[in-house]
Amino acid sequence: MSEKVLMKGNEALAEAAIRCGCTHFFGYPITPQTELSEYMAKQMPKRGGLYLQAESEIAAINMVLGAASAGVRVMTSSSSPGISLKCEGISYLIGSDLPCVIVNMQRGGPGLGGIQPAQSDYFQATRALGHGDGHAIVLAPATVQEVVNTTTLAFDLADIYRTPVMILGDGALGQMMEPIDFAEVPRRQCPAKDWACTGTGMKRPHNIVNSLYIQPEDLERLVEERFERYAKIEAEEALWEEQNTEDTELVLVAYGITARIAKSAMNMAREKGLKVGLVRPITLWPFPKKPLDKLSATAKRFLCVELSMGQMVEDVRLVVNGRAPVDFFGRTGGMLMTPAELLAQIEERMGK
Amino acid sequence: MSADLSFLHSPRITLITGHYGTGKTNVAVNLALALRLSLSPIALADLDIVNPYFRSADARQALESAGVEVILPAYANTNVDVPSLPARVASVFDRPDLHAVLDVGGDDAGATALGQYASRLEECGYRMLAVINARRPEIARPEDAVAMLRAIEQASHLKVTGLINNTHLCEETTPQTVESSFQYADQCARLSGVPLVLTTAEERIAAQLQRPDLLPIRLYTKNYLERF
Repeated sequence: MSEKVLMKGNEALAEAAIRCGCTHFFGYPITPQTELSEYMAKQMPKRGGLYLQAESEIAAINMVLGAASAGVRVMTSSSSPGISLKCEGISYLIGSDLPCVIVNMQRGGPGLGGIQPAQSDYFQATRALGHGDGHAIVLAPATVQEVVNTTTLAFDLADIYRTPVMILGDGALGQMMEPIDFAEVPRRQCPAKDWACTGTGMKRPHNIVNSLYIQPEDLERLVEERFERYAKIEAEEALWEEQNTEDTELVLVAYGITARIAKSAMNMAREKGLKVGLVRPITLWPFPKKPLDKLSATAKRFLCVELSMGQMVEDVRLVVNGRAPVDFFGRTGGMLMTPAELLAQIEERMGK
Repeated sequence: MSADLSFLHSPRITLITGHYGTGKTNVAVNLALALRLSLSPIALADLDIVNPYFRSADARQALESAGVEVILPAYANTNVDVPSLPARVASVFDRPDLHAVLDVGGDDAGATALGQYASRLEECGYRMLAVINARRPEIARPEDAVAMLRAIEQASHLKVTGLINNTHLCEETTPQTVESSFQYADQCARLSGVPLVLTTAEERIAAQLQRPDLLPIRLYTKNYLERF
């Protein structure tokens, strides 16, 4: 399809997944993610795939574990409260080295919270998607076109590193409509899944997918091996975008939908002659340390902007490491800040 | 150039329906504002129980300051997902002097909300206009667009009486985007047996198009997100 089409973030994500070979989807509806499940329900049966609405989020994530064990490209999606339910299963997926894609279109929390957009699941996504030593790669697109590209990348990275990958969006990104092009999506080379449980055909030993290890020595060795893989991911897969960072005095750090508001505020500040730049992490784990480390030497201050009470700001502070003040501005509970509101924060901090 | 909207004067109730994401809400808001120029009193009622975010509530101020009454569900644009409709919707049927544009939720799921009013709508008389957009993949083939109309009719127990071609790509829309959809809109009309009654396009695009059924529209949904 070379002609552009108009799609919601949720629909575009589902379509991109089908186009890059996702054949199995297990989910449970929740606002503001439901269009994704709905699109899969309509399209999967027509296109040779399987859609199954599970009886709960917990059931869905365990179906993902089963399908991933059989080597198929598999996805589940939910929004904040539903992701909390999936966390046990995600830990098992991490512990079993299984590739899969998990989508979180974040909404306000904690608890049932609300249905409006939020970014308050950053800690959960980057620190603790389940118990135990482990990580999932976390990708944070900012536009519907980037949702398409990121979805394809998510499946590729999952297969390359044998790990769950989370796409961390928010309700606004899931609901908004933008023109997109499916032809532009770049692809990565993925290895054969010779570990998958697809039947031996009496020609090879059994493959075993498991996260239980009887001997602590074995478990320690396996976790250490997994962390060697994480080190490679941290070294090679961090993604970010920088704008106006050559002469920056104040660096805005924002991801996803908030980065677009930050960009508007940055452009307004630039028109007033204020030297404001933007670093937009695209991978949240691995966190893109390089650009922030570099800017710590030259920028006067950092302002991290999130739809939360301040979560990613801790990662920014870890990288900046006291070399410059790192401030925070956020809205929460389903509220978005306006560019004017953010501009006032920038001006105040730059003493204007 | 702007289309003659006098065909919307009688019957006095206009339902706006269609596949979700075609731009129904914005079309409904523009129609209510355009009709206000020749009709009073006029109301816009938001019957969307499906879409959690982009609602005619966004345009409330523009509508009310132009003298359009706005009837909104209690929970529109709040933090909960409560699919309930306000009792005030019934006032549309009880006030024979009132013209009304009803913004219905997307797809057959959204049109289900109309079912409870079907007999009153039949009594009062209505037209149901379905918005189409050739750039929405799920209705990009005329046969899929017609299947959607039929599903909406079944869910609402009402008949679609006209089509509005609102083909656009948001801010990437060009006059060619709209022009290249004319054939699609005609095919939808021919296949469904439902006439095309309006072609809508943003003012900047409409200025470059020539059609007797062309209605220039403005965007009333909030957007301050820059593109990268």
